[in-house]
Amino acid sequence: MTALKIKGVTKTFGSLIANDNISLTLQQGEVLALLGENGAGKTTLMNILFGHYVADQGDIEVFGNQLPPGATDAAIQAGVGMVHQHFTLADNLSVLENIILGTEPLTSWRSDTARARVKLNALAEEFGLAIEPDKLVGDISVGERQRVEIMKVLYRDAKILILDEPTAVLTPQEVDRLFDTLRSMVSRGLSIIFISHKLHEILNISDRVCVLRRGQMVGEIATRDADRDKLALMMVGHEVTRPLVEHLPPGPPVIELDNIVLAGSRGHKPLLDGVSLKIRECEIIGLAGVAGNGQSSLAELLSGLKTPSSGQLRLAGDVVKQYSPRGFIHAGVGRIPEDRHVHGVIGDMMVWENLISENLREKPLWNFSSLINFTACRAFASRLIEQFDVRCKTMEMPSKQLSGGNMQKLILARTLQNNPRFILANQPVRGLDEGAIAAVHERLLAAKRRGAGILLISEDLDELFALADRIVVIYHGHVSQPIAVSDITAQDIGIMMAGDLAHGEKFLQAGVS
Amino acid sequence: MLLDLLEIFLTAGFWAATIRIACPLILGTIGELICERAGVLNLGIEGIMTAGAMSGWMWVYLGGDLWTGLMFAAIIGATFGLLHSIFTVHLGLSQHVTGIGITMLASALSFFIFRMMLPESTTPPKITAFQPVNIPGLSDMPFLGEAIFSHTPMTYMIFAIVPLVIYVLYKTPVGLALRMAGENPMALEAQGMNVLSIRTGAVMVGSAFMAVGGAYLTMSAFDAFFFGMINGRGWICVALVIFASWRPGKALLGALLFAGLDAMQVRAQQFAGNFIPYQFFLMTPYVLSIAAMVVMARQARYPKALLSPFRKGERT
Repeated sequence: MTALKIKGVTKTFGSLIANDNISLTLQQGEVLALLGENGAGKTTLMNILFGHYVADQGDIEVFGNQLPPGATDAAIQAGVGMVHQHFTLADNLSVLENIILGTEPLTSWRSDTARARVKLNALAEEFGLAIEPDKLVGDISVGERQRVEIMKVLYRDAKILILDEPTAVLTPQEVDRLFDTLRSMVSRGLSIIFISHKLHEILNISDRVCVLRRGQMVGEIATRDADRDKLALMMVGHEVTRPLVEHLPPGPPVIELDNIVLAGSRGHKPLLDGVSLKIRECEIIGLAGVAGNGQSSLAELLSGLKTPSSGQLRLAGDVVKQYSPRGFIHAGVGRIPEDRHVHGVIGDMMVWENLISENLREKPLWNFSSLINFTACRAFASRLIEQFDVRCKTMEMPSKQLSGGNMQKLILARTLQNNPRFILANQPVRGLDEGAIAAVHERLLAAKRRGAGILLISEDLDELFALADRIVVIYHGHVSQPIAVSDITAQDIGIMMAGDLAHGEKFLQAGVS
Repeated sequence: MLLDLLEIFLTAGFWAATIRIACPLILGTIGELICERAGVLNLGIEGIMTAGAMSGWMWVYLGGDLWTGLMFAAIIGATFGLLHSIFTVHLGLSQHVTGIGITMLASALSFFIFRMMLPESTTPPKITAFQPVNIPGLSDMPFLGEAIFSHTPMTYMIFAIVPLVIYVLYKTPVGLALRMAGENPMALEAQGMNVLSIRTGAVMVGSAFMAVGGAYLTMSAFDAFFFGMINGRGWICVALVIFASWRPGKALLGALLFAGLDAMQVRAQQFAGNFIPYQFFLMTPYVLSIAAMVVMARQARYPKALLSPFRKGERT
């Protein structure tokens, strides 16, 4: 039985064609994976299906009935439920309140919470989803929040479940648990659309894969006929050569953190709690952890934006006394910030202005220490644009018009041309397509060969295992001992990410510090 | 001197005055709280209270009945609320700027209409306002009778409204939707509800409360309308919402506390006015409420989506 039929959906945002005449069908009791790189149009398509957006063209049929465009209530009525990538929950409200929102008529004089609890308990039993209805959403973990989101959908008797990148915020163990839940849903006749760009998850859970590329449906394949390479080729459209990683003998430390504590705001736990870490020349240390465990605080500290409450930081052997971004740049720290739009570039300023911004006040960009030497700046900028292959129409265009990959190349160019001894790479490839990812990784590996020490912060374990020499795990502001990637598996890292940092100790090799 | 201060607390008149002063503040604060809980700051409150005070009074002056006068004031308030929400909710414009604009428009319009209708009058004309009711048994009690059971029906109505608002806000589906509109409007949208209409409704109801709060001044506390009557009470309500951490129960307490300080300073002037300038006493309720706010606001859990407009179908 056909649960869902999408016919010829087209959606444009300005000049961008997000969805170009896309059609697909979903059978009842099937897991359909929607695969594509960031920006391929997966989320847009699902937002149209769920009624967040109105399509320019095309129809959607659910169980044979046409859905009116742009009406989420009609989609819910028809049995469509969506678990959004960014959870639609309110921290200050209880789990129960979040779930029953919108399920009762607004004119009713009483919320029937007793009946809601009975139904919730029955659902929790049936699908093995443990939730605590009376806790505030702000007090529960990310994994639990996702269970609440799924429960919201089940509570409304959804027959078709859309999951938008559901594993992005989960540890590997939580992913397994989610997949168990999904399988039990399918066995009860529900249909699932699973959006992801992680190939092994798609191979694990789905029955059929539809691949989107730049807004177009480029292929469809039964999962049993697919393998990793085939899917990667369909998604990217061309072969991607992965950069070669070589392990080099590390040199002296470039940066040393000694028992660093960063206090939290009044009445909160410290953001960083006794972090000790040493990064040496010619090595990449990967920092793994579920989002929100102190990665941002550590990155801010290592950028010179925050001063620790106690503990010592040594850059190339010298104890840092003044924490300032400029001081850190001078001491040889290169930064690739987490959010390139907010902290990476000034979107309204031109490409060349952004390129020179870390080398302000240096000759020959400045004359008489106060006037910009435009000729020198342009020469400087055009050299970097060429060297780092930043694709822009002119160097006078505003930086915000660059694509994500080119914006990241701009930041890399600005940072790496100073030959930093230590590079802080915070989520350097988030949201980039495969080609750009390979380019960024190649630059980082080249910097490592040149002798730089790199801290790579990422939520993607595959990336860490591909690039890093050793991995540390951060949990609630605590950082584990570094473990060589060859000695540990992703499953063990997952256990540590869930809070058991001591789990990693048995993988430490004797004699390696 | 300290004894004089203590003596104030023992007079029934002080407690009666506190309740009287608190009433417009309670309604104003509850009204502002409803708007802000739905995610919309309503700085039009000062003007909406003025419009409510003028329109309710004018209704009665032109021959209307007191209770329908309150209804009329509420409708006028809701109309200004609708105007505010067209700009802030539907068009997504700055809530600060729009609110101040509403205050200026509503106050100026009230004064203008008042002058137009009564061009000749030099002394403010009077109406027959709500009168204190005598509750058999209770009103004759010593002390409590004078302090609590000698008020107008409107006063009792206001004190009854607070638990009603608490019930609606926390125990009904519409209250949950309203709170969600101020916390995460996307969650409403994802559950198939209309964020814009819920916010619009909240702002209109909140503004109606504000206007009735203003009308209390001309229809219960006094019996005339004059310029500068609201005298910053709206702004006090905005501060009281923060003081109350966006909770209606605490809002009632905050309004009573401020009113108590105000009632006390008037009485303190009488015995200490000789050696302390009276302006100092006028200042005290404001200074003390700032101090209380500094203490309370630290633990305030403000609505997460306050001040941020919601636009459906926008790419994030």
